[in-house]
Amino acid sequence: MDLFLHMEGICKRFDAVIALRNVDLQVRAGTVHALIGENGAGKSTLMKILSGGLKPDSGAMQINGAPYAPDGPKQARAAGVSMIYQELTLAPHLTVEENMTLGSERHRCGIVRHQWGRAAEALAMLGHAAIDVRTKVRELSIGQQQLVEIARSLLLGSRVIIMDEPTSSLAREDTIALFAAINRLRQKGVTIIYISHFLEEIQQIANDYTILRDGESVVSGPMRETSIEKIVAHMVGRPLEQMFPRTPHRIGDVVFAARGIDDPPQVHDLSFELHAGEILGIAGLVGAGRTETLRRIFGLDDARAGAITLRDKTFLLGRRHHPGDSLAIGMSLMSENRKEEGLAIDLPIRNNISFSSLPKFSDRWGRLKLGKEMREVTQVADRVAIKYANIIDPVVALSGGNQQKVALARVLLDGSRILLLDEPTRGIDVLSKVEIYNLIGELAAQGCAIILVSSYLPELFGICDALAVMYRGHMSPVQPISEWDEKSVMRWATTGKV
Amino acid sequence: MIKRLQDKLNVLGPFLGLIFVFAIFIALAPASFVSGYNLKTIITQTVIVGIGALGMTFIIISGGIDLSVGSLIALVTVLIAKTLTLTGADSATLVWGAALVAILVSTFIGFLSGLITALWGIVPFIVTLGMMQIARGVAKWLANEQTVVAPVTGLNTMMNVDPEPAWLIFAPGVWLMIGLTAIVIFVLKYTVFGRYVFVLGSNEQAARLCGIEVRLHRILVYTLGGAFAGIAGVMQFANLTIGDPTAAVGLELDIIAAVVIGGGSLSGGEGSALGSILGALMMAILRNGCNLVGIPTYVQNILIGSIIIGAVAIDRLKHK
Repeated sequence: MDLFLHMEGICKRFDAVIALRNVDLQVRAGTVHALIGENGAGKSTLMKILSGGLKPDSGAMQINGAPYAPDGPKQARAAGVSMIYQELTLAPHLTVEENMTLGSERHRCGIVRHQWGRAAEALAMLGHAAIDVRTKVRELSIGQQQLVEIARSLLLGSRVIIMDEPTSSLAREDTIALFAAINRLRQKGVTIIYISHFLEEIQQIANDYTILRDGESVVSGPMRETSIEKIVAHMVGRPLEQMFPRTPHRIGDVVFAARGIDDPPQVHDLSFELHAGEILGIAGLVGAGRTETLRRIFGLDDARAGAITLRDKTFLLGRRHHPGDSLAIGMSLMSENRKEEGLAIDLPIRNNISFSSLPKFSDRWGRLKLGKEMREVTQVADRVAIKYANIIDPVVALSGGNQQKVALARVLLDGSRILLLDEPTRGIDVLSKVEIYNLIGELAAQGCAIILVSSYLPELFGICDALAVMYRGHMSPVQPISEWDEKSVMRWATTGKV
Repeated sequence: MIKRLQDKLNVLGPFLGLIFVFAIFIALAPASFVSGYNLKTIITQTVIVGIGALGMTFIIISGGIDLSVGSLIALVTVLIAKTLTLTGADSATLVWGAALVAILVSTFIGFLSGLITALWGIVPFIVTLGMMQIARGVAKWLANEQTVVAPVTGLNTMMNVDPEPAWLIFAPGVWLMIGLTAIVIFVLKYTVFGRYVFVLGSNEQAARLCGIEVRLHRILVYTLGGAFAGIAGVMQFANLTIGDPTAAVGLELDIIAAVVIGGGSLSGGEGSALGSILGALMMAILRNGCNLVGIPTYVQNILIGSIIIGAVAIDRLKHK
């Protein structure tokens, strides 16, 4: 085996918490190596050590046979190791070329000498020569920004590139473009460590894998000799009975209807019905208008035209339709963007859960009944199994999966019967996902009607009763989930036709 | 392609605004408004806010703010007047030395603001709000809470609307402002430092990740701001001919307004030196024109306030 990167016996503890215990990682030259593990398994700590952000307590690292012990990110980069974070680190106001050469500008007496040629070359090497190096980064799509960031590490001459959840916010076509770029890098002999929660994608792109669990490296080997089921079993330490649990639920009468929601170009004349106890999935590419549709139904954005009917009452959409109205009639929205829109992450868990139900906890003078609030909030927090130390800790102290449960707890507490869930499992670990699927199933069993927008096809097929696909603002007819398959969904999502 | 053209024309907005305001006063104000002398007066009146705005441009692009500039200007006038009285001001070296020392003090205070902001992680609004009080206090203390009369020196000619020699056309202070503007435009566009200033305001995390010394550059930005405030203070002294510890109260707000009217964004990453100077010029035209028409100062306040809000509102629409 042509070993390129070797981390051996890496230990790291933070005060009392042992983050890494004797972790081994062996990566072959010019391969894509998947690093798999649940949130908190130690992946980020390990990668921070590799990229120079942290120093290990013990253990040794070698690159290409030579000992490697970086004294900081700068040294790691000089040694050819660079990391691409999940949250992109580009300066939106600067151009592509300026971002790519940031920190490694060539200059004469402080005066910048542009490196347009080299920047364009690096992009061309990734197969994206079409990106103009003189455009400002904020004018690029997220997928293009990601490529710029990868190109930046190429420009630095990186031999090892660590990618942390690179596809979590990418549309499918951008993911395909990214994988093509990764393949080109691999052919050029660049070694890639790939962290992702999307096991199907890992299977597609990685040569080898290493699984971390509770700070230990559990197993590693070539990708083709394992299966998703085996990987999941290693991740959680026991075989997972069901990835997509289904709570039996009965589908009742129509409780909600949307008629002629129109706001071109995002949403084109869209109508559908929703039954009590039904989980309706909406699939589609990023930018197909799914989020936009939910926001207009809920009243976050104004639609040009359209109406919703809820238990025989009809409400016109548009300027006069506000989120407050929606909540009042028992409809709740969970935002896809939990950090910026869904939650006030610096505020206590309790406040975040009770935000939309404060009228319930106040008397007519507007005084809060804190005791009642605390009781009910704690109850609902336990019901969704949020793992917290203290209910008045800020939400930011929780892991991603638990933050998402806080958002879900809010929706539960305000007692809504129509739930609009936008990407509720994005970026959270497998176990939390299963818990959230369970909760959604339970809610449906209690008669709630649920719209689930998701870019993760397996979960749509796993838990939905019916499915519609969106393409450029148009929606396919709603059909029972059994009448769809992955191919027909993708065909609709990419062409708008059956 | 069109986008890039738009970037190039980013100062077009403030420029059109300037022409608009100018045209209004040509229509409203007496003919003396467009006389050569009055135009020269307007440009001279731009100098103090303009030079202060150049320093503020760095700070605002980097995502910061400096509220201490008005106080620094007052402190500089007091320092110069004090030094001149104490030393007798009998040689040109001494006079310019006094100005230089005052600028250095102002630069040092800017450095302190930057140091505290960068090292202790206190928001610059608070640090410079404190520094505003401290500098004002020191100025009053040095001046015994009264104006300091200074001997007449060559410094006072810096802001003469009709300069000696006459072929200069504009006051030396105006030429200084133009020269400084050219330098700042160059530094922001063509130097590594200038690029780092933009990154600080655009995405500090990215800057850190790329191995840029974020703290050092923050400190540098505030130090520069202090230096420009010092130079603006020298111009203020030239104008006043005395040291006045109560001078330039609230001037930092005019300076911030000039940067914002000129396209600067208080959330960082945007702004231009030329825009800031145009912003300063616009406010000077407005004040001058209003005075000629006989519009009372309180109406001027209302007008300038509306322009600040209007400029930012238009900018927001543009970005949508």
